[in-house]
Amino acid sequence: MTASSLPVLTAKDFASDQDIRWCPGCGDYAILNQVKKILAKIKAKRENTVFVAGIGCSSRFPYYMGTYGLHSIHGRAPAFATGIKIANPDLDVWVVTGDGDGLSIGGNHLMHILRRNVNVNILLFNNRIYGLTKGQYSPTSETGKKSPSTPMGSIDLPLTPLSIALAAEASFVARCVDVDKNLGEVLERAAAHRGSSFVEIYQDCNVFNHFAFKHATAKDTKEDCIIRLEHGKPLIYGKERNKGIRLTGDYKLEAVEIGKDCQEDDLIFHDEGDEKLAFTLSRMQHPEFPEPMGVYYDVKDDCYEDLLTQQIKDAVEQRGEGTIEKLLNSGDVFTID
Amino acid sequence: MGTGTQQKVSSTKPTSEIKSAVIRFAGDSGDGMQLAGAQFTSTSAVLGNDIATLPDYPAEIRAPIGTVAGVSGFQINFSSESIFTPGDKVHALIAMNPAAFKAHIEDVEVGGIVIANESEFGKVNLKKAGYPEGFNPLDDEEINRKFQLFKVPISRLNTEALKDSGLGSKDANRCKNMFALGIVYWLYDRPLDTTVGHIDSYFGKKKNLPKVAAANIASLKSGFFFGETAELFPVRYHVAKAPIKAGKYRKITGNEAVAMGLVTAAKLAGKDVCYCSYPITPASNVLHALAGMRNYGVKTFQAEDEIAAVCAAIGASYAGQLGVTGTSGPGLALKSEGIGFAVMIEMPLVIVNVQRGGPATGLPTKTEQSDLLQAMYGRNGECPVVIIAAQSPGDCFDSAIEASKIAMQHRVPVILMTDGYLANGSEPWRIPDHNSFEKIVVEHPTDPETFQPYSRDDKLVRPWARPGTPGLEHRLGGLEKQHLSGNVNYEPENHQLMMEVRKQKIERIADDFKPIEPYGDPEGELLVLGWGGTYGAIFTAVANARRAGKSVSGLHIRHINPMHKNLGDVLKRFKRLLIPELNLGQLRMIIRGKYLADARGLNKVQGRPFLVEEIDQAIDLMLQGKYGDREYLRPHHGLVRLEDQDYDFNSPDGGYTA
Repeated sequence: MTASSLPVLTAKDFASDQDIRWCPGCGDYAILNQVKKILAKIKAKRENTVFVAGIGCSSRFPYYMGTYGLHSIHGRAPAFATGIKIANPDLDVWVVTGDGDGLSIGGNHLMHILRRNVNVNILLFNNRIYGLTKGQYSPTSETGKKSPSTPMGSIDLPLTPLSIALAAEASFVARCVDVDKNLGEVLERAAAHRGSSFVEIYQDCNVFNHFAFKHATAKDTKEDCIIRLEHGKPLIYGKERNKGIRLTGDYKLEAVEIGKDCQEDDLIFHDEGDEKLAFTLSRMQHPEFPEPMGVYYDVKDDCYEDLLTQQIKDAVEQRGEGTIEKLLNSGDVFTID
Repeated sequence: MGTGTQQKVSSTKPTSEIKSAVIRFAGDSGDGMQLAGAQFTSTSAVLGNDIATLPDYPAEIRAPIGTVAGVSGFQINFSSESIFTPGDKVHALIAMNPAAFKAHIEDVEVGGIVIANESEFGKVNLKKAGYPEGFNPLDDEEINRKFQLFKVPISRLNTEALKDSGLGSKDANRCKNMFALGIVYWLYDRPLDTTVGHIDSYFGKKKNLPKVAAANIASLKSGFFFGETAELFPVRYHVAKAPIKAGKYRKITGNEAVAMGLVTAAKLAGKDVCYCSYPITPASNVLHALAGMRNYGVKTFQAEDEIAAVCAAIGASYAGQLGVTGTSGPGLALKSEGIGFAVMIEMPLVIVNVQRGGPATGLPTKTEQSDLLQAMYGRNGECPVVIIAAQSPGDCFDSAIEASKIAMQHRVPVILMTDGYLANGSEPWRIPDHNSFEKIVVEHPTDPETFQPYSRDDKLVRPWARPGTPGLEHRLGGLEKQHLSGNVNYEPENHQLMMEVRKQKIERIADDFKPIEPYGDPEGELLVLGWGGTYGAIFTAVANARRAGKSVSGLHIRHINPMHKNLGDVLKRFKRLLIPELNLGQLRMIIRGKYLADARGLNKVQGRPFLVEEIDQAIDLMLQGKYGDREYLRPHHGLVRLEDQDYDFNSPDGGYTA
């Protein structure tokens, strides 16, 4: 088969033959469709693509993809993905996880895959609830959350996934909303990034936590509640695009009105290479601030599996390729006559 | 290194020819006892003795100096005959301080040699060791009567020997292990050149510390010449070469052998080893050894925890390579869910479990065999895995190859059981011919027309399809699989079918095993059945009994799951069955359950391997029918006595009749 006759895959070609068993209206559908679309768009090869997931609603994702897939154990998808990339760095690996899977039972693995910068794409579906186990509060649920396990309201503080990712030395950090138009773009950027890409996706669980992200999805409010990040552009938001974010003299963020409080040039300009800015943005929370959407942070760094492969090459160069004969005769060998 | 280059130092002292000797170096954990012991071992191996070693070190890196808790010991049995254990009683003890003296004197044979570093037996150290005020064991009449006690001010003599070395007093003092080693080399008529060569290449070349190298060599020689010139030792000893088969050898520890076996297996299968592990005593140096083998294509991954380690190993196998994880008991517990997942997705996986004293953190640096039931049953659901147990340091090599082979060819997790004793113990290992290995044939499907993820061959093995293969895209997971298609399936009959498929798949692996036969006679009065690292002690005890004309045979099993198909028949040929184990009866429970056999135990959980004499006694008690209704007996201080078997749990020492 010549290159020109290679079949062009469409989003449909990335679907598996399995019935999808998410609840009707679940945000996962929108994400699944976007993922299939961008895989077709970036000309991904089905046979080279592996989806790895843990346990939870989001983690059923691999069953619905026509690629290779591993529905692994709770919280451990990053560890499986790391093993896969170590063994075969040529595979395109996607990790699908949720707020419980990725930040509670699997928090440790998420942190370590990010700091190692294994070349995978991590999608964290954040619905701020445990869906599969029927509605208990999650590590991203707001304090005071009433749930079957917290009838009087939860008493612990929630985590902010992006702050965690940045603190764990992630080299690509982004956020989007399941039903938002920019999801595809962000996923494409994540796929193109070499190293661990971390994308938090606000995902609506319409059964156990419906409208948890209403502010970021409702047509009439969302443009006042989110900021669409663009590299090199000022942080402007609002339906009228007349609001912005600036830094005060004591390094605090301030929401201001352009023209009234300040000019465009006084606003913060987004820089995807600025780690401190990325962290500061990750702390912006509704309702005090609009929540930034898009790519927060994107820097180049060495990937774990590349460095490992390089060490093997170097060792072979320095000591020669190891054979069984050489191995057996290593150490202090002596002869008995 | 050949034997012809040995430097021969002539001596004016008479030399006594002995068949074998057991010596033990003991000192503070910072005194370099492990190094001295390892050097004595290498020298004796090169000389052609058969050797077996038992390092014994504390869990703390530097426990309080001078205390019994901080004592580190290294025992070597070297012989002109074939030996299988590090020895029961110590022929010569080198005690570098009072704590070491106190901790080990009980193990020295009556009339044995004790070389005590007199310089360290001051008031303060005696107190730290817990001796009563005013008591110095070196002056004790009974001790002097019982042992040949040699008081040598090793620390002081060593410092004097190094006064012109240019080293500070602290660094000079650190060479005293070499001074002690020099004395022992003289006492047992050993040449210095192996150790001199080691010091040269380690301190001289690798670390580029020529002064330190020179000082260590000076200490070693000073100790040696002290032995020769001081009018202290009336006689020196000589242990001749053992009748070891001619060939090329190296000294090998169990952990080294595991590492080499894994790499060999991967090469034979045309795969990379991906060794994913989290540091844990006593398994860590498998990771260290493999990390140093990058030029063999070895990929090591130090994971963030035990769970990540097993999951990454499964991921590596899923991607088509040989995924291996290594750990010890507490780590195996953490890996349970991951191993269960590998059972469900039927993926090759090798888990090296270097057993240590449990439960919980237990005795991290001590040996035990108490993870057998955890390996067999420690997972949710019906979750059978293959279990292979290595029986000697060198056997860890063959066991690692077999474990890898079964894992890859049958797509199953295989737990390779070793223990702290095998892991750190060493023996001379005859290097196999590198052409003698058979390729490990592993096939991966490529044809989309015939591919079904959970189809079966006649061994019930499903295909190992690698991501990257066009047309074979499929999904694996921990949910129950539909037979053949591999799709998620919750149907009642399908679950029963799949449970039995997974069970039978393991059982059919035994089709490839050659029938097992006991050593000794094929039938008789008593069979001593063992597994794992107790092989040497059991084999020696059975040999002792047979020499005495007793109707005793031995059988050591490597395959714990599945077992040899004819094992039940072998067991029936003997009137009585004794199973010595370093646990409270785990193989015994399996054998009783599986074969309804009246197995009795000898069960020791003291962090140390069996003494041969302990098994000797249990054999006699079995032959005499003295076990009565007791399911097992236990030794106390080397003695297995019926009157010691009932504890008084209100008494500080358990109240057995000492």
